[in-house]
Amino acid sequence: MTQATSGAMPLWEVFIRPRNGLSHKHAGSLHAADEVMALQAARDVYTRRGEGNSIWVVRSADIVASDPVQAGENFEPTADKIYRHPTFYEIPEDVGHM
Amino acid sequence: MAVFEAILELADDHLVLGHRISEWCGHAPMLEEDLAMPNMALDLIGTARTLYAHAGALEGQGRGEDELAYLRGEREYRNCLLVERPNEDFAHTMLRSLYFAAFMRPYWLAVLAQSVDEVLRGVAGKAEKEMAYHIRHAGEWVVRLGDGTEESAARMLAAVEALHLYTEELFESSAVAAVAEADGVLPPRAQMRAPWQAVIAEVFEQALLAVPQGGPVLRGGRQGLHGEGLGHMLAEMQVLHRAHPGARW
Repeated sequence: MTQATSGAMPLWEVFIRPRNGLSHKHAGSLHAADEVMALQAARDVYTRRGEGNSIWVVRSADIVASDPVQAGENFEPTADKIYRHPTFYEIPEDVGHM
Repeated sequence: MAVFEAILELADDHLVLGHRISEWCGHAPMLEEDLAMPNMALDLIGTARTLYAHAGALEGQGRGEDELAYLRGEREYRNCLLVERPNEDFAHTMLRSLYFAAFMRPYWLAVLAQSVDEVLRGVAGKAEKEMAYHIRHAGEWVVRLGDGTEESAARMLAAVEALHLYTEELFESSAVAAVAEADGVLPPRAQMRAPWQAVIAEVFEQALLAVPQGGPVLRGGRQGLHGEGLGHMLAEMQVLHRAHPGARW
């Protein structure tokens, strides 16, 4: 892939749903000219081994991400609140994925 | 043996186009297409393998897929001329795929609905979906190149001028194909003209391309009269098997 090609085309994030009932998971990223080409490229690059039955693509530029500088104030206060983890429940098998 | 030879024509179309597309592997203009091209080559080569095995069984001379693919010379290949055309650039490559897949999709649907041959119906069930994707993939590229930059539009137009004269051969049934069609094994090729034209018209309209009307026609592949490029392609494709007969890996 040449620099010119990657520079001219926006980056897309690809999400694949492996099976009905499961949620889409981030699979990777790719370059494509527009959303139709991004979906096709995602199909060709990320579902070659039967990985999924649904694809989402979103422009990487459209993702709003948390600031790594704020990681401390965002995430550390939860570290000592172990009572929030539902470790006291047995999840019945019928419930499936949660 | 007409049915054997008719299925061989179909198998040769798929192997030759599959090999041509595989030549992009490692050379495509972007990583995404470098994976997409082999995907599509493998669709076609996979179909060719089943067709060769089936043809070999019908022939009953002990020839399998390897013998049929690797041990026939250029004059014995019966593919139509369109599929052997060189890759040139992405405009040529995508247009060639669009022309072929737009023909094969209705062809496989007709096989699925009407053929008396169970193996071919099995191939058709898988192949018609693959061809639907090839139409989409190639069609979207044709639209973007045709309605793209000045250079991409010029290349797309050059591809249409170079390749359209090979499309008429798709719709012509050779003598052996006519026998297989009369036997209900294969559908008449001329039947694919209307659905093919509908797909091409829709893509060309979006791509700001005019569908050429009339003009010269090139044919001869079904009689084994090929362009210069096929011999070179087969030499490269067959050298390993000819140098090491029966080689496995």
